[in-house]
Amino acid sequence: MADMKKYPTPMLDVLEDGPWPSFITGFKKMRDEHPDERINNVINGLMGQLEHSYETRMGYWKGGTISVYGYGGGIIPRFSEVGDSFPESREFHTLRVQPTPGNYYSTDMMRQLADSWEKWGSGLQTFHGQTGNIMFIGSDTKSYQHFFDEINEYGWDLGGAGPCVRTAMSCVGAARCEQSCCNEHAIHRHLVNSFTDDVHRPALPYKFKFKVSGCPNDCQNAIERADFAVIGTWRDHKKIDQEAWKAYVEEKGVQHVMDNVISRCTSKSLSLGDDNSLIADETNCVRSMHCMNVVPKAIGPGDDKGVTILVGGKRTLKIGDLMGVVLVPFMKLETEEDYEKIVELAEEMVDFWAENGLEHERTGEMIERIGFVNYLEGIGIDPDPNMIHQPRNVSYVRTDGWDEAAEEWFNKKREEKAAVAG
Amino acid sequence: MAAPEMREPIESGCPDGFQYMHPAMRRNFGLWAYHEDPMPGVLLHVAKNGDKVWTVKAGTQRILDVFTLRTLCDIGDEYADGYMRFTIRSNIEYTIDSEDKLQPLVDALKDKGFAVGGTRNSVASLSHTQGWLHCDIPGTDASGVVKSMMDELYEEFTNWNMPNRVHITTSCCQINCGGQGDIAINVQHTKPPKIDHSLVGNVCERPSVVARCPVAAIRPAMVDGQPSLEVDEKKCICCGACYPPCPPMQINDHEATQLAVWIGGNHSNARGKPTFQRLVAAGIPNNPPRWPEATAIVKKILDCYKEGGRDWERINEWVERIGWPKFFEVTGLPFTKYHIDNWRGARANLNSSTHIRF
Repeated sequence: MADMKKYPTPMLDVLEDGPWPSFITGFKKMRDEHPDERINNVINGLMGQLEHSYETRMGYWKGGTISVYGYGGGIIPRFSEVGDSFPESREFHTLRVQPTPGNYYSTDMMRQLADSWEKWGSGLQTFHGQTGNIMFIGSDTKSYQHFFDEINEYGWDLGGAGPCVRTAMSCVGAARCEQSCCNEHAIHRHLVNSFTDDVHRPALPYKFKFKVSGCPNDCQNAIERADFAVIGTWRDHKKIDQEAWKAYVEEKGVQHVMDNVISRCTSKSLSLGDDNSLIADETNCVRSMHCMNVVPKAIGPGDDKGVTILVGGKRTLKIGDLMGVVLVPFMKLETEEDYEKIVELAEEMVDFWAENGLEHERTGEMIERIGFVNYLEGIGIDPDPNMIHQPRNVSYVRTDGWDEAAEEWFNKKREEKAAVAG
Repeated sequence: MAAPEMREPIESGCPDGFQYMHPAMRRNFGLWAYHEDPMPGVLLHVAKNGDKVWTVKAGTQRILDVFTLRTLCDIGDEYADGYMRFTIRSNIEYTIDSEDKLQPLVDALKDKGFAVGGTRNSVASLSHTQGWLHCDIPGTDASGVVKSMMDELYEEFTNWNMPNRVHITTSCCQINCGGQGDIAINVQHTKPPKIDHSLVGNVCERPSVVARCPVAAIRPAMVDGQPSLEVDEKKCICCGACYPPCPPMQINDHEATQLAVWIGGNHSNARGKPTFQRLVAAGIPNNPPRWPEATAIVKKILDCYKEGGRDWERINEWVERIGWPKFFEVTGLPFTKYHIDNWRGARANLNSSTHIRF
């Protein structure tokens, strides 16, 4: 260690100042104090290259194709373009590993992962990347298979990279949130673990992401980022504890309550009674969460819980950002059959997209190209007015199948009525 | 010689989280009644049976070294019964079932240099990408931008000064892995790619590169007798989408790669429907190691929001209430032709009414 020539890092050194935790301070500790000389050298090279990027304002990693035996993805290969100047970190691949839903760990398991990674890799990791993986950053070509074999033996598997089903994400969920309306853990694992082959062997048009948020606050950004967004919701009345509500009004005063709760309801479905009780027009509640976010002690989701499923959310590439749109307004998720139903829906959606999507086309973009109605017909879902913001407003539409479509609607309504009557 | 025996992977997929959950969370799964916010960075959740858990949240450097990771484990062992989790924005969270351990846990985190906060109406930790440290197409760094910005926003992370929570994101290219934020600091390329025609034919699958372009500005061409690609530079929107599938089409440049600030992305369905972020400032230099120009704009926007936003208004709601002309007035940011949308669906972003504030 003593004879290691340290690359100068004047620009990175600046990032050691200030109150926020410094990744550079962490790197230096690894370079200077870690007992393994291999790690000292790798971090030294990495810092040298990063400093070079800071000085020239350019990146110097290029990709490639590598994976572990039996898989086709899950690893982000990185080869340095300036490896002759910084040979210690010439190869710096990242392994993407699937965390648990909600990102729970025991310290024992965390230490075990740290020990394995220290043995085979750089000792740097991120919890978690933007897709939701644990990122073990910095392994060379001769080591990543060993690291994977070791952690795979004690329960960890690679996530997705490339055109495949990606690692899923879930919020903290029912484990610690009163607003949770579903079992995020079960949904997450039922969905993504039904696609392990599609996670490990990239063969789809592009990426496909599942994200699960337990309530419409959507802490996982599912609507904006997931091809398949599952959002917990409820379809009966929200729960109001009038005593707790009145205590809140008493504490804050009527004006505060009017300004911050009653008048802020999205669908104007709340009013304040003369006795300070909360009056809710439940038929007009759109589950916009505001009242229960402000007064969680008095207001909460109802009992008849389930999920809303939205399809086609994604970020910029290629045609611009797209939000997910409602595909299934409400689905109950309680029995094993319910879970089979959501998995079957996901399989139908992935299959249809695998057959009809163009190369590098996300589900949302395919829907833009072929039209939402064609998509619905392709996966066998009936139209529902909850899917739209408003009906079409341009007269260019051919309606010669109208009578049959109307008949289907009435038949469906009759069936629903009969089902309720039992 | 026989080939070495390869180990077959165990395709276990996503592991079960219940084994790593604090027993109080396992016990009360789906049975929580309400929560309170005792202090910045601390949540109190109360179960229907009266059980209570306190959660302490702290910001980290995200790129963790094993020393730091073990420090977090040590804290978890000493104060949190050996359990920990990470949030979507790479904060560490410990959940405990005894109030006695709360202050010692908060103190231990602060003592080790972690920032306790990021709950309720604070500026949350920046969510970010890989940047120069690891990405193959980055226009800037990510960890360094975040470190610089959070140093300046430390008081906003550790206190409840904002009308509502503020999510800030950064992205080191225009593909925008950083996602949507109340404020987003994203790379903005300003010049078409520089093409190394000697490499394109061998390195790039040309039809797929042509297909990647959002504005059909790329076409196959013979250049100096070699098969290559050419870009109609008048059409090119400098997005960099051609660069990942074709590295000889270098989009990054030490001067022309700049930063832009976008605001009003909000993923929640709370009150309004989710919204995408909108461009407010561009032409910001990509200036390591501290990116002071970008930070100054972010702080200015935050100051105006703090001053003018009503309780519970996110940044997009604040601007919708006061109007965009007022936003540009109070922030002092210039309004330009580049703010006016011309992408698909652009008319929906124009004002077809006489609703104008004078």
